Amino acid sequence: MNRILFGDNQFFGVNHVSDEKARQQSMRFKEDISILQTIDVAIEEGCNTFMCTTHDRMLNIANLIRNDAEKYDKFQIYPCLPYAHKYANAVTELGIMGTIKHYVPGNFIGSLFKGGYAMVSKDHVKMMELMIDAELKMFKGISTPVIFLQNVITDLLLGLGMKDLLKAFDQYIRRKYNAEPGYITMNMPKLVDMLASQGIYHPIVSSSINYEGFRMSGGISMYEQALKSGRVRAIAMQVFSGGATSAEKALEYVCSLPNVESILFGASSKENIHQTVTLINHYDKKYHYKTA
Amino acid sequence: MKKIGLIGAGKMGISHLAILGAHPDVEVIGVADTSTIVTDVLKRHTSFDVYSDYLEMINVKKPDAVFVSVPTKYHEPIVQKLLDRNINVFVEKPFSLNADNGQKLMDSSRQKNLYNQVGYHNKFIGTFMEAKRIIDSGSLGKLQLFSGNMNGPVVTKTKEHTWRSKPEEGGGCLMDYAAHLIDLINYLIAPITAVHGADLMSFYSASVEDAVSCLLETKNGIHGTINVNWSDETFRKMTTSITILGSKGKLTVDATELKVYFKEAQPIVGYAKGWNVRHINALSPHVDFYLRGEEYSLQIDHFINVLEGKAPNTINTFESALQTDKVIQQIKNHKINQL
Repeated sequence: MNRILFGDNQFFGVNHVSDEKARQQSMRFKEDISILQTIDVAIEEGCNTFMCTTHDRMLNIANLIRNDAEKYDKFQIYPCLPYAHKYANAVTELGIMGTIKHYVPGNFIGSLFKGGYAMVSKDHVKMMELMIDAELKMFKGISTPVIFLQNVITDLLLGLGMKDLLKAFDQYIRRKYNAEPGYITMNMPKLVDMLASQGIYHPIVSSSINYEGFRMSGGISMYEQALKSGRVRAIAMQVFSGGATSAEKALEYVCSLPNVESILFGASSKENIHQTVTLINHYDKKYHYKTA
Repeated sequence: MKKIGLIGAGKMGISHLAILGAHPDVEVIGVADTSTIVTDVLKRHTSFDVYSDYLEMINVKKPDAVFVSVPTKYHEPIVQKLLDRNINVFVEKPFSLNADNGQKLMDSSRQKNLYNQVGYHNKFIGTFMEAKRIIDSGSLGKLQLFSGNMNGPVVTKTKEHTWRSKPEEGGGCLMDYAAHLIDLINYLIAPITAVHGADLMSFYSASVEDAVSCLLETKNGIHGTINVNWSDETFRKMTTSITILGSKGKLTVDATELKVYFKEAQPIVGYAKGWNVRHINALSPHVDFYLRGEEYSLQIDHFINVLEGKAPNTINTFESALQTDKVIQQIKNHKINQL
């Protein structure tokens, strides 16, 4: 994985510490082209990996990227699925069966509903695989070497103890997409334990890792121990914990930790992107970070 | 270790179940749901004991407490049966479809000396907790006015019917959305006791309201307004905001930010004259397991603490939720009387 990953929250009106800022950003990035222009700025700064949810708007952005294959030659996307709000809203609107009908790809659904919903309830793994395919369709032709399960689903499966479904996700991503499965979670140490119980070692896990311990469930020391143990290929996200710490302090903290393979951040302005990249490079030198 | 059961594994129920499943002081003794889609998934992929009949679950497993997260119209019969069997109850909001039912449940719970809690999770959000602390300190002076706003994208076009579109099942913007805001005002300021004006509007729903506007007054005579609309797609998710004006300052709070203005110096420790802004990351307590927001874990932690005798049963009680149901009833009556 690249050391620095560029994230997408700022594009889609997501901000964990200010609803007001989130709204301003969703106005700023109303047009798809303004999103792509910001991605271009990140690429110029050396961030060639874009980690993004399977938001409906990504469809068009993926088209723009595909249409300019030469320019985006080295560019890669780490998709994070599913875009949970889409399904949550759909379940409210259409019900569970309506949602399945709406989102599961066409051909299969015909045969599925011929068999009635008995079939739906019989093969959950197959259902999950079909939904993964539906979500990833938009990225066809674009390099997606790591594919993530979003934290709401990861943590739901974790809390419910649905180990077999985590394993099924893992196997399917490797088998069908020849990609590394990744997990976004707000409960990193617990997840690493559960994955290990399923024979999944050294998983790629993206979680909040920040100086203030924000959204590091179970406490910052449990996270630091998990990192030291070397059992996880960690991606640090929410590194600024939403802007409460200074950028220097925040980035020095994550750069000083062992086994943080990548740092994920999102920003809207050229200045902020440049500053973040420069600071990470600076602290990587200081703490002798070596690229794999 | 407390033995906990869950009835209703829908959207909220499944979230409670995951948090309970990860809780070190909880043994989940069973899950009951009437949907075979849901029970099939749980039977096959979890180690929970799954029941289609909740009575069988409670009779066999004798839980200390049960979480009830079924459509509101089923709250009354199910909660009553639990109370009859001396089982402590956590029930989703809104508490009851009508205040008489709610009153009966509250009385039963009280007579039997049982612990109870209702799922108004906003009270466990760090920003609202801090707002409560500031208001209770008196540093805003004499409270003068409040206004509450709540918006979200639940119904943004004419759609197929679900229980949310049926008034007799607890659907509608008033019970589903405004209940949160009313409950929060009751908690932060004082219980609302008078409704001076109410308008319920439908834009897309055939049989329930999509928006609510009200003029309200609290027990201690503070007036204010609420504007609630669940048909606004410019909001990505449910968003709740309250502004309170006092003789010594003004406070605006939502789930992510708290902004407070003080007219005088040294209003309360940690705050200064003029504007002060605090964000959720500095105000939220830490949790051991996180799913969708700290508040969902914190409200369950609180209930478990109450069961274990580590915390008083004072937040989100049947009693406070019943006050909210009564305001909802008053708003409906006010509207009916106008017609």
